[in-house]
Amino acid sequence: MTTSQTPPSTDPTGAGPVPSDLQDERLIASQGIGGWASATWDRVRSGDLGSLPVVVGLVLIWGVFYALNPLFLSSRNLVNLTVQMVPIGVIAIGVVLVLLLGQIDLSVGSMSGLAGAVVAVLFVNQGLNIWVAIAAALVVGVATGLVYGMLFNRFGVPSFVITLAGLLVLLGLQIRTLGTDGTINLPFESGLVQFASQQFLPAALAYVLAVAVPAVYLLTRLNTDRRRSAAGLSAQPLATVALRAGLLTVLLLAATYVLNRDRGVSYMVVLFVVLVVVMDLVIRRTRWGRSVLAIGGNVEAARRAGINVKRVYLTVFTLCSTFAALGGVLAAGRLASANQSSGGADTNLNAIAAAVIGGTSLFGGRGSAYSALLGILVIFSISNGLALLSVSSDVRFVVTGAVLLLAVVIDSLSRRSRVAHGRA
Amino acid sequence: MSTTTTLAPVLSMTGVSKRFGAVQALKDIDFDVAAGEVVALVGDNGAGKSTLVKTIAGVYSPDGGRIVFDGSPVTITSPSQAQALGIATVFQDLALCDNLDVVGNLFLGNEVLRKRALDEVTMEQESWRLLRELSAKIPSVRIPVASLSGGQRQTVAIARSLLGAPKVVMLDEPTAALGVAQTAEVLNLVERLREKGLGVILISHNMSDVMAVADRVAVLRLGLNNGVFRVADTNSQEIIAAITGATTNAVTARAARRAPQEEQS
Repeated sequence: MTTSQTPPSTDPTGAGPVPSDLQDERLIASQGIGGWASATWDRVRSGDLGSLPVVVGLVLIWGVFYALNPLFLSSRNLVNLTVQMVPIGVIAIGVVLVLLLGQIDLSVGSMSGLAGAVVAVLFVNQGLNIWVAIAAALVVGVATGLVYGMLFNRFGVPSFVITLAGLLVLLGLQIRTLGTDGTINLPFESGLVQFASQQFLPAALAYVLAVAVPAVYLLTRLNTDRRRSAAGLSAQPLATVALRAGLLTVLLLAATYVLNRDRGVSYMVVLFVVLVVVMDLVIRRTRWGRSVLAIGGNVEAARRAGINVKRVYLTVFTLCSTFAALGGVLAAGRLASANQSSGGADTNLNAIAAAVIGGTSLFGGRGSAYSALLGILVIFSISNGLALLSVSSDVRFVVTGAVLLLAVVIDSLSRRSRVAHGRA
Repeated sequence: MSTTTTLAPVLSMTGVSKRFGAVQALKDIDFDVAAGEVVALVGDNGAGKSTLVKTIAGVYSPDGGRIVFDGSPVTITSPSQAQALGIATVFQDLALCDNLDVVGNLFLGNEVLRKRALDEVTMEQESWRLLRELSAKIPSVRIPVASLSGGQRQTVAIARSLLGAPKVVMLDEPTAALGVAQTAEVLNLVERLREKGLGVILISHNMSDVMAVADRVAVLRLGLNNGVFRVADTNSQEIIAAITGATTNAVTARAARRAPQEEQS
């Protein structure tokens, strides 16, 4: 610091003042698309993997299953896949939130089962309006999350234990709610079942969205870059932004084309993607989201910075349980029934595994809402692919378990590498 | 440099006491710091430094005594109240979030909003302004704090304490566990705080750091004031003697008694 006090104020090409964030002479200059690519490569090499492993994994999985049975990548099967994955994907969004705090909710499966049971009993047995029934299920989710949050804040019991107890309590409530019936079928013509299994976006609208979303992304980025330039900061090169928007457009158009050859893009899938995008914005762009990341990184620092840590814990546990309840409602709608095993078996672990496989760290403070989307795609691709090959469920469990283990190992290894490269 | 005692102190404590059960941690402590002055607070382990710092920071409330801040008597009951008054504290463990970038850490808890969303552009601009003002060498404000060196982390922590425009900054052992160059960086930073007209309270065990930047040195020993030295008129030996109590034990007391007698005889 004492060697040179004056930062270079003009850039070598003489094209004007250097943006104030690029003046340090130790920074390795990276300009244009080549610079962006090399910076990305450096980040990956140092262990800041982001969503790269899961994207690579997804391509591998799809390749293998396509080789074994070409039907796997047929439009019909891909539409099935997208619809199957949504309920647990929605649950996984909530799991991402608690994982970001460095906590866990083991009861999301039972919570979704109870929510499904509440909807079925209120709608079918009690004859209430379907929306009232759904609202009641969501209220049960909110209440459960509030209880978790209060127990956690008041007694400091690890969330692991609180939610493990919650798992049993909610399971008991689910069985009690369903009563002697055990299984309640939802009428096929009800709005919920229609929404969850029968309603698809009109083909034209899907194409419009596939172009409009990248356009909005492009405009937002350009606007940000304009503000950065005006503030004397470096802006991303236009080519990079355009390239990203272009790639997104191609990806969305291809997906829309493939899905539209069959039934199309389900409204439920749109709901899921919207929830993921909204939660991503909330995590990255709001004060609350920043608090969540800060608490996941260093609770004490967050507390000293004046963040109301307890309120954040309370809201996150509440959101997680609410997402689990919403997932349960959608699951009941998709299967047109609620029974004693709804939300049982592997729901819990699939939701948690999806978040982890998608790249959200179990150690807190690192991850994104998109990991719910990517992770659930991986898990359901595996289970769907194995089902197509008529492999029995025992193998399915083993393979899903192995993939989860692999994801956790990658998480630990990349964490170690980040520490070694000073990016932890 | 404003080392003259004619300046009105921005923070002044008189007769402050604090006890924990049977232990008298602080007894009748007088302590003050003026604007544009660096006062080092030194003392052995258990001398009461931490207790005094935490009393000023609002973590502990004193049992007795008077605290005058900026000309008016105050009672500091909570850390947030201390911050609101204009007393910023950088604790030894820094309390940074390793997973957030420099901007995120600087503005943690005080984020700038624009249309209810985080205004990253303004925050980044403001971060650079703040860091440039401190002549801090941080290569990029968009890298996680984990990848910064110890001195740079200290810089971030100090820069963050300045966001609320404080009048007094307390630094708890800012150079502990730092290398030679990084220590020099932090000491430069302390001098820059003084130039900005802030009162700086520097807690340190390192006598060479204290002699390098402080204007005055306040020594605590066993919860009592054990002298205030002007750095210009003293040396490390004298301060160390005050810290360890070498001037107050039986041997030195006897030596002091004998000296005049020997002169007479």
